[in-house]
This record gives sequence, structure tokens and C-alpha cells, in this order.
Amino acid sequence: MRRWLYLLPVAVFVLMAGVFYAGLGIDTDVLPSPLIDEAAPQFDLPPLPGSRNGLATADFKGAVSLVNVFASWCVPCRAEHAVLNALAATKKVPIYGINYKDKGEAANAWIAALGDPYTRIGADDGRVGIEWGVYGVPETFLVDRSGHIRYKHVGPLTQADIDKTILPLVARLQQ
Amino acid sequence: MIRRLLASLMLLAALAPLPARAVQPDEMLPDPALEARAREIGKELRCLVCRNQSVDDSDAPLAHDLRVLVRERLVAGDSNDQVVAYIRSRYGDYVLLKPPFQFDTWVLWSAPALILLAGLWSVGRYLRHQARMAGAPPLSADEAERLARILDEKPGP
Repeated sequence: MRRWLYLLPVAVFVLMAGVFYAGLGIDTDVLPSPLIDEAAPQFDLPPLPGSRNGLATADFKGAVSLVNVFASWCVPCRAEHAVLNALAATKKVPIYGINYKDKGEAANAWIAALGDPYTRIGADDGRVGIEWGVYGVPETFLVDRSGHIRYKHVGPLTQADIDKTILPLVARLQQ
Repeated sequence: MIRRLLASLMLLAALAPLPARAVQPDEMLPDPALEARAREIGKELRCLVCRNQSVDDSDAPLAHDLRVLVRERLVAGDSNDQVVAYIRSRYGDYVLLKPPFQFDTWVLWSAPALILLAGLWSVGRYLRHQARMAGAPPLSADEAERLARILDEKPGP
């Protein structure tokens, strides 16, 4: 039997250990979206009851937009909302809201209580959410000037996400 | 005796857990053929909220929406493949419970065959080694005599 064969189990072990170690850093809750670099889905959503304009694909044309999928029943959205309010105050990027599978009055009450970072809000019964590949609110997308989705964030945004990822990307897309 | 056994078996069969589908009566299509196709599709789609359940098995609101969507598209005349392709274009390959064979999955799909080949190779190697040992040349007259002498020796005190 040749010598190198004795080293084979060690080599296999090292290889597998390397793969597993790399796998430790993967967040399995975040799924890769096939929509990245695709045109944003075509949709036209009505506004919240008694409220301003709804939201449609055409609203994204010409400027970099942040699209935030939220709901009043979504607890992490509550945590995220202060971060969105702070981002809206910087006026660096318009924030568009998709109110996902929510009751209109509940959403209005939520906005009234927590503040309104949104330039426009569309009320979605779930169908437009599917168009965007939404599987867990909150989800946030960055859409570039040509209306293509460039980035997707699943879960609540933190201030660190805004500072380290969202704003640098917005600046790059706005160039 | 046999009758009692049969009765208890039937009772057991009645108690056996039925496959718990989450498809609600109000979601079902009146056309049984279309509904059957919708079930076929729903079995293959992963519910992205519960991950290890199919869309048909899951009670999550998203799974409900996807079941309704599948049925709407079937009624609109889409083929099964078109329906699945649409949902895949939104949620990615992960939405398919059975991963497709493609560039990033060939290792996954070919691993069993590769492991089988590696096993066959090592078995073949082992057998060839055995055959070589079995085919060792017979003892010469000299060696046979020496062996007989050793075997005849009386054990020491």
C-alpha cells in the first residue's frame, strides 16, 4: 500500500473541517433572492384608507429608492421603525412602504403612533409581496434609478446596516 | 380469534394519522383535474416560512397565498411548469423541494454515484490483492520437508 493513502483520511478531515468552518458563518435564515439585478416587479397598489397616494412601479423611476415591506402585526418592524425614521430625516433616499397583509386602520394607527418615514405607502393583500419574493417581514430592497433591484435585506434593519451597507450603496447608485 | 384480530387491525388503521394537508376547502378548485394538478405543484413547493414543509402542508399565511396563486394561474391556463417557473423566478431555487440538477448542484446530485464508484474501486483493489495472495507459488520440496519437520516436533517439556 502506498504511503500517501495513509494521509487520505487526514486530508478528507481537513477538507470537511474547512467546509464546515466556512458554513458556520452562513445565516440560513437569509435566502438568496433571484430578483437581485432584475427589474422591480410591475405593480400598482392602493393607498392606506384615508391616506395619500398608493405605490406603483413607476414611482421608482429616476431616483434611487428604498422599498420597505412592513406590517403593524410585525414585531421586528417596530424595532426597525426608529431606524427608518432616522434615515428619512437624513433625506438621503426616499423610503417607500409596502404595507404587507395588514389592516388599513391598524397600519394608520401604527404610523400615527410611531412616526412616518415613508414618502409613499401601498397597501398589499399579499400578492405584490409574492411578486417581490417576500417571505418574512420586514424586508427592504434598494432599487436603482433604472428601476432595477440592487440589494435585498431580510429582517429588521439596524443603524449599523444603514451606516455600513445601505448608505454606501445608495451613494454608489446615485453617482 | 381471526375476526378479533381483523377488527383490531381495522381500528388501528382508522386511528392511523392521515396525511395532514393544510389545503382548506375554500381554496380548492371545483374542477378535480385542475385541483389534482394544483396538489401536484403544491407538494413540490417549499413553504419559505416553515422551510421543511411543502406549501400544501403548511398553515402559514404565505403558503395559503401561494396555494391560491397556483390555482389562479392554473385556471388562467398556465401549465404546471409555467406556474412553478413563475414562483421560482420570485423565490429562487430554494422554493423547490427537489433541487434541480445544474451548475451549483452537480456535486449534490452526483455525490452518491461518486461515493459508489469510490467504494467499487476500493473493493476491486482489495479483491485483486486477495487474488494475488491466493495465487502464491506452491512450496518447493525442500520447504515442504521443513514444514513437516516443524509440525512433527514434539512440544517441549
